[in-house]
Amino acid sequence: MKYPQILLANRKADRITTLQEYEQNDGYQGLKAALKKYQQSDIIRSIEDANLLGRGGAAFPAGLKLKSVAEDAPVLIHTNPHMIIEGMIIAGYAVRAEKGIIFIRPEYESGAEIFERELKAAEAAGYLGKNILGSNYALEINLHRSGGRYICGEVTAQLNALMGKRPNPMKPPPYPTEKGVWGLPTVLSNVETFACMPHIIRRGPEWFKGLAKTETGTGTKIFCVSGKVNRPGCYELPMGVRLSEIIEDCAGGMPAGSEFKACLPGGASTGFLPKEQLDIEMDFEPLKNVGNRLGTGAIMVFDHKTCLLGATLNLTEFFARESCGWCTPCREGLPYIRDLLVRLENGEGHQDFIPLLEAMGKHLWNAYCAFAPGAVAPLQSLLVHFREEVEEHIRQKKCPFR
Amino acid sequence: MLPNVLKESLEKQIAHADHPRELVVDIMLALQEHYGHLSDEAVEEAAVLLGMSPLEIEEVATFYTFIYREPVGKYVIHVCDSVICWMDGYESIKDYICKKLDIDLGGTTADSLFTLLPVCCIGYCDQSPAMLINRKVYGHLTRQKVDEILEKLRSEA
Repeated sequence: MKYPQILLANRKADRITTLQEYEQNDGYQGLKAALKKYQQSDIIRSIEDANLLGRGGAAFPAGLKLKSVAEDAPVLIHTNPHMIIEGMIIAGYAVRAEKGIIFIRPEYESGAEIFERELKAAEAAGYLGKNILGSNYALEINLHRSGGRYICGEVTAQLNALMGKRPNPMKPPPYPTEKGVWGLPTVLSNVETFACMPHIIRRGPEWFKGLAKTETGTGTKIFCVSGKVNRPGCYELPMGVRLSEIIEDCAGGMPAGSEFKACLPGGASTGFLPKEQLDIEMDFEPLKNVGNRLGTGAIMVFDHKTCLLGATLNLTEFFARESCGWCTPCREGLPYIRDLLVRLENGEGHQDFIPLLEAMGKHLWNAYCAFAPGAVAPLQSLLVHFREEVEEHIRQKKCPFR
Repeated sequence: MLPNVLKESLEKQIAHADHPRELVVDIMLALQEHYGHLSDEAVEEAAVLLGMSPLEIEEVATFYTFIYREPVGKYVIHVCDSVICWMDGYESIKDYICKKLDIDLGGTTADSLFTLLPVCCIGYCDQSPAMLINRKVYGHLTRQKVDEILEKLRSEA
């Protein structure tokens, strides 16, 4: 490995790093330092100084929040669950939280079982429960198994899910950090964000910042590459590494006969990144500068044989089905957009569909939560970067890829 | 009716929670496991166990992908139709399963063994096209692989 491995260090092919192995490699040293040497405010300052931005997609500064609830990151769970647990304890200590909850989707049942087992191991070793490592700090971490819906990754929807209510998002205020689960202040973060914290405490904010390749970036990022590449999978790389390097060096390039056409740089709710931007530095700022988002860093690669209008239709279907249905722009707008795309894909489109789609894309920004603006990110970028392909569907009265 | 052993173990679990309704998904999954799906009877029982109204249970039950309010087969196949699986041949895999089992999406086989449902991204994009059967993941699907998986499940049923 060319770059330092922090989060995926000591990664095993088919099993987790055990508590003993983690301890032998400086595991729980961040927590020990936190409890012995730091005031709560020092910890929050370190996280702020490190400029740790949320890894779950919203890029919210982690130092600004802090208590504990988490989302999904299967690779990390299967690699080193204790790094996540340690991060949650440190974050919990920083805000004097009494309870932590790990929220896990049903598709990752194996991850849930790992957590159940390893939380017990951490408790037996004195890292959880009462008087953690001889301090007067106590924390209990529970696991919440979800019934499965994409929207449960949205902060306020997740709060409702945790309270046994229908997980519709709620529009803040109040913000979860003031009034979250059962009316108590709550910090929600992605597990990858928590996993960064022990390292920041142990080795300092400057070291963490220095890991990144870009001036604006901090730390490393786990990039999960899928789609038309030879070696799909998850790779820990410095923040700000070039997209071309990730695809060519890590993911083994495109398969024979495939040429890079576009990618979604950070999951389904980011925009298509065209070939001209293949050298972009994968960090929050550079992507923002081209009107896109780093999102979760889940890079989905499309080749020249794939119809991006078809892909956008598929993505829109996904969002139309997963919309919670609570607010009008999202519930009504997505099926409307889907209908227009179906007709375009089937060769029944008209030129005036394009301004209609543009207008609908804008309307979806009026929804309650970030789901709807994310849902139209592929569509809006399609109309900017691949307008010609949409127009070709209209001209040929069929999909040019079929 | 719930067997006493199950009822008591669920009551014990609920007694441990700060707020009973935070366990609503766990309780629904446990009842679903017992009945095969979340029947009307199960909704009523979950309501009594959690001190909620049946309507409140219904509100949550109809939201979640993995809670089934209608009868399903012994094996529930959730085939991923999100964008990476779509690009890597989801449609032909889905069509093949439909033909093989002689059902449409949403249908259950006559012998009540298999139900086929679509699912949004299950997080196994590196193994596309992929599906879950009773929460177990099967990736890199081909027609031959589908044959083998279904045959094996049929023989174990």
